[in-house]
Amino acid sequence: MEPIIVIGSGLAGYSVIRELRKLDREVPVMLLSRDSGDYYSKPMLSNAFAQGKGAAALVQTSVVEMAKQLGITVRSHTEVHGIDVAAKRLTTTQGEPRYSRLVLAIGADPIRIPLQGDAADAVMSVNDIADYAHLREAMQGAKRIAIMGGGLIGCEFANDWAAAGFIVSVIDPGSYPLASLMPQQAGSQLRAPLAAIGVDWRFGTSVSRVDSAATGYTLTLADGSQLQADIVLSAIGLRPRIALAQTAGLAVNRGIKVDTHLRSSDPAIFALGDCAEIEGRVQPFVLPIMHAARALAKTLAGEDTAVVFPAMPVVVKTPTHPVAVLPVARDAVGVWQTLASGNGIKMAFLDAADRISGFVLTGEFAAERSEMTKRVGTPLAATGKADNIVAAESS
Amino acid sequence: MKVWQCVVCGFIYDEKVGLPEEGIKPDTAWADIPENWACPDCGVAKADFEMVEV
Ligand SMILES: Cc1cc2nc3c(=O)[nH]c(=O)nc-3n(C[C@H](O)[C@H](O)[C@H](O)COP(=O)(O)OP(=O)(O)OC[C@H]3O[C@@H](n4cnc5c(N)ncnc54)[C@H](O)[C@@H]3O)c2cc1C
Repeated sequence: MEPIIVIGSGLAGYSVIRELRKLDREVPVMLLSRDSGDYYSKPMLSNAFAQGKGAAALVQTSVVEMAKQLGITVRSHTEVHGIDVAAKRLTTTQGEPRYSRLVLAIGADPIRIPLQGDAADAVMSVNDIADYAHLREAMQGAKRIAIMGGGLIGCEFANDWAAAGFIVSVIDPGSYPLASLMPQQAGSQLRAPLAAIGVDWRFGTSVSRVDSAATGYTLTLADGSQLQADIVLSAIGLRPRIALAQTAGLAVNRGIKVDTHLRSSDPAIFALGDCAEIEGRVQPFVLPIMHAARALAKTLAGEDTAVVFPAMPVVVKTPTHPVAVLPVARDAVGVWQTLASGNGIKMAFLDAADRISGFVLTGEFAAERSEMTKRVGTPLAATGKADNIVAAESS
Repeated sequence: MKVWQCVVCGFIYDEKVGLPEEGIKPDTAWADIPENWACPDCGVAKADFEMVEV
């Protein structure tokens, strides 16, 4: 029998194999990856510095050990160039393996905007452990770091490095941190605490040029101002890798389109993780990947299973001012209400029927995450909680 | 008292601190956490928690 082939050795690829092995030790599985195949935790890249960990220390299990533990064949440093869906065969840099079923777990690319200046190519981004190793090398002797983008990854790195004594600037065309995840009153809570540990926020503008300077780089911003940095990091978002699927004729949109069974427009091909768009939503976070991996493993083991996502809050690793958020879809109808404020804020998103369908907890309220998660789907009043509604803002 | 870390997301469980917001009291040993418990950050089940002692 041809094996199940999984492309990609990130959290998505390894999780689906790990879950499958709990159900079926026998079915042949082959993992193809263009990277080393070593197992590491990607979320730890943005809080590794404070923990004194370099790239090598973040590898938890070597590829050889993973292959042994899981009982699979791994071809690392192997790039897949094409999928012949009719023949169920791949073209790769090392051979043309055939599959019975195929799982795409190929992740996403950092979005890069074109920049002017002689050092535009020096801008870094960190989306895997190899990027991180480069960055840590560049950080030797560096003092000033400029981060483009004040989203989750930008804020996490800013906190990690400012706490370690680097001078960190965050440049973002929006008006407050974490703008794609939460309303202004909530995201703004991060400003003062991070400024207090040395983060220099530059909102309402963007980087237009990066030029070499005597030491490091000079950044010229769209508002005409300039700043100096030894390292420039771009963290402005991710774009699912769809080219491989698209070329093979699979349905794609922002991500590789799959249904609740993680099945693409070809019944033998599945996708999950940062590359996938599940029923219209791309959710590039750990929790959705774990749930999708469990459902897909069952399907691959012969029991067709749809993924059911519970409320999955995202924790922003900014220890200086912790944040937990259950984001709402961009087109969700409802209002954000402030339930409490103090050293941080507690807000809930109420849908048309007044049920809690999203929340943000920052600072002192971040610890209420599991309690708040349990209240999702219930009306604000029916919980018997004496929530003090401080203010409402329509979205 | 030991400290355990989730290999998927880096979540730290410190036996000394427990997880009061989930009803796990300080000084609760890893072995005494219910088997149906899941990592609060990434949802990995305790049974497959490949936690490391740090
Ligand atoms: C710095 C940082 C911090 C984060 N923190 C959090 C957090 O705190 N909480 C949270 O929930 N989420 C967090 N995330 C998001 C989370 O880490 C990702 O959603 C998750 O790791 C994505 O896993 P993946 O397997 O889908 O993709 P990836 O890990 O990107 O894996 C893709 C794999 O596919 C391989 N590949 C790609 N194309 C090919 C090809 N053509 N041929 C062969 N192989 C190929 C790659 O080599 C790689 O092995 C963070 C992300 C970053 C970058």
